[in-house]
Amino acid sequence: MYSEKVMEHFKNPRNVGEIQDADGVGTVGNPVCGDLMTIYIKVKDNRLVDIKFKTFGCGSAIATSSMITELAKGKTLEEGLEITRANVADELGGLPPVKMHCSNLAADALHAAIEDYYKKHGKEGGKSK
Amino acid sequence: MDHSAGKPVEPRVIEAMLPYMKSSYGNASSLHTLGQEAKRAVEQARAQVASLINAEKKESIIFTSGATESNNLAIKGIANRNKDKGTRILTSSVEHMSVVNTCKFLSTKGFETVFLPVDKFGFLNLESLKKELTDKTVLVSVVYASGEIGTIEPIREISRIVHGEKAYLHVDATAACGQIPLDVKSEGIDLLTISSNDMCGPRGLGALYLKEGLRLEPLLHGGGQERGLRSGTENVAAIVGFGKAAEIAEKEMQSESQRLTRLRDRFIDSLLKPIPYSFLNGHPTIRLPDNVSVRYNFIEGESMLLGLDMMGVYASSGSACTAKTLEPSHVLLAIGLKHEEAHGSLMFTLGRQNSEEDADYAASLMPAIVKRLRDMSPLTPKELRT
Repeated sequence: MYSEKVMEHFKNPRNVGEIQDADGVGTVGNPVCGDLMTIYIKVKDNRLVDIKFKTFGCGSAIATSSMITELAKGKTLEEGLEITRANVADELGGLPPVKMHCSNLAADALHAAIEDYYKKHGKEGGKSK
Repeated sequence: MDHSAGKPVEPRVIEAMLPYMKSSYGNASSLHTLGQEAKRAVEQARAQVASLINAEKKESIIFTSGATESNNLAIKGIANRNKDKGTRILTSSVEHMSVVNTCKFLSTKGFETVFLPVDKFGFLNLESLKKELTDKTVLVSVVYASGEIGTIEPIREISRIVHGEKAYLHVDATAACGQIPLDVKSEGIDLLTISSNDMCGPRGLGALYLKEGLRLEPLLHGGGQERGLRSGTENVAAIVGFGKAAEIAEKEMQSESQRLTRLRDRFIDSLLKPIPYSFLNGHPTIRLPDNVSVRYNFIEGESMLLGLDMMGVYASSGSACTAKTLEPSHVLLAIGLKHEEAHGSLMFTLGRQNSEEDADYAASLMPAIVKRLRDMSPLTPKELRT
């Protein structure tokens, strides 16, 4: 049911963990639904220099979390806000239809972390979506 | 180790079926020799299935396309036939979807259906059964033992209560039948659902036991096969296979259920002992011999399944993400688990070919699988992190 790419990211997730002195943190989802994701970012010169994740959820929840950290690392904050759920799914070679909604929250978590950074640093956010 | 999802057809069953696919292809309704040969085979199978559940006579068995159809036929058949007597139907909150959705459907057609609560083990709350059982109740439908958590319901007591109000008792024995002894007469069961594949017979076949004298409205109308209760040309080969599977189950039940019970208890122990925050779902002893349902907090079931799958072990989970819906299993919620606990459930169902080595191997994989996922989970408490 999953693409090879999804399984590969599930087996070897990139950037798992927390950043203790993160500049922004974004949490989305709900354990009640079976998916909960937290993204931690480190920002330097308007760039995402480090990014880590913690996820409770199914295979695709873990794979999308891992993929978004790869997609976002090194990008500017504006570029990070432009990464969509569809981008993440496409990069993973697609997700089963039932997973597109519930387990594809990684882009939302990244956007929430960037918004959190903007809020903490008194900057105007480039409102995601 | 996911036998409740599908069982291999027993080789002796296949052997018995073959002649009815190759040379003896008669229609059991035909009067000629070939037809009568098929008829005799169908009737022999009917007797074998009847014997397994101690039915009063073989004619009490109606062959269907499987447990889903049997549950539909029992519930809709009784409800529609007895509309004048009452329109109230009671069932439990740990039923299979083919009971749940049939009852929900009927509630849109003028029937009143009530889902009775269960306790933390999954036992039906008998007080609430007594309370909800009014003189308008025509049918009570209860699972013999949940295929998800394995808990075996107190059918004799339920039967006494139900028959005190002159309602009918339908029991879904899909998971139980063939594993543990079952006696429709002494247990006071009016209708009983049985599945062929669940006792290693072919798929696409089941049966409904119907107590003598009881009347049903059929779902399928046609040529009047199966006493007019289930029209359609008999699938002779599959019926023969089902009969053989029932015969084998009856003969080997005692030794096989003892073996599986020992295996089950050893497996449960080895799945839970080495891992903190792990629990058994369902009752520890009053449970089906094949059922091992456990849960691990802070992680999600499907990711455990994928971890096991990579190592060649097939299991099933109580989590939404493996199914077509987003909700976790209604059975796990009914026994009082929180959503996130239900999501962390893992179910193994053992079968004839599973050995102690298989169970030990599967259990040996769990500590690493659980640890890896807990390390990744934001819900994991500090003391479990490394």
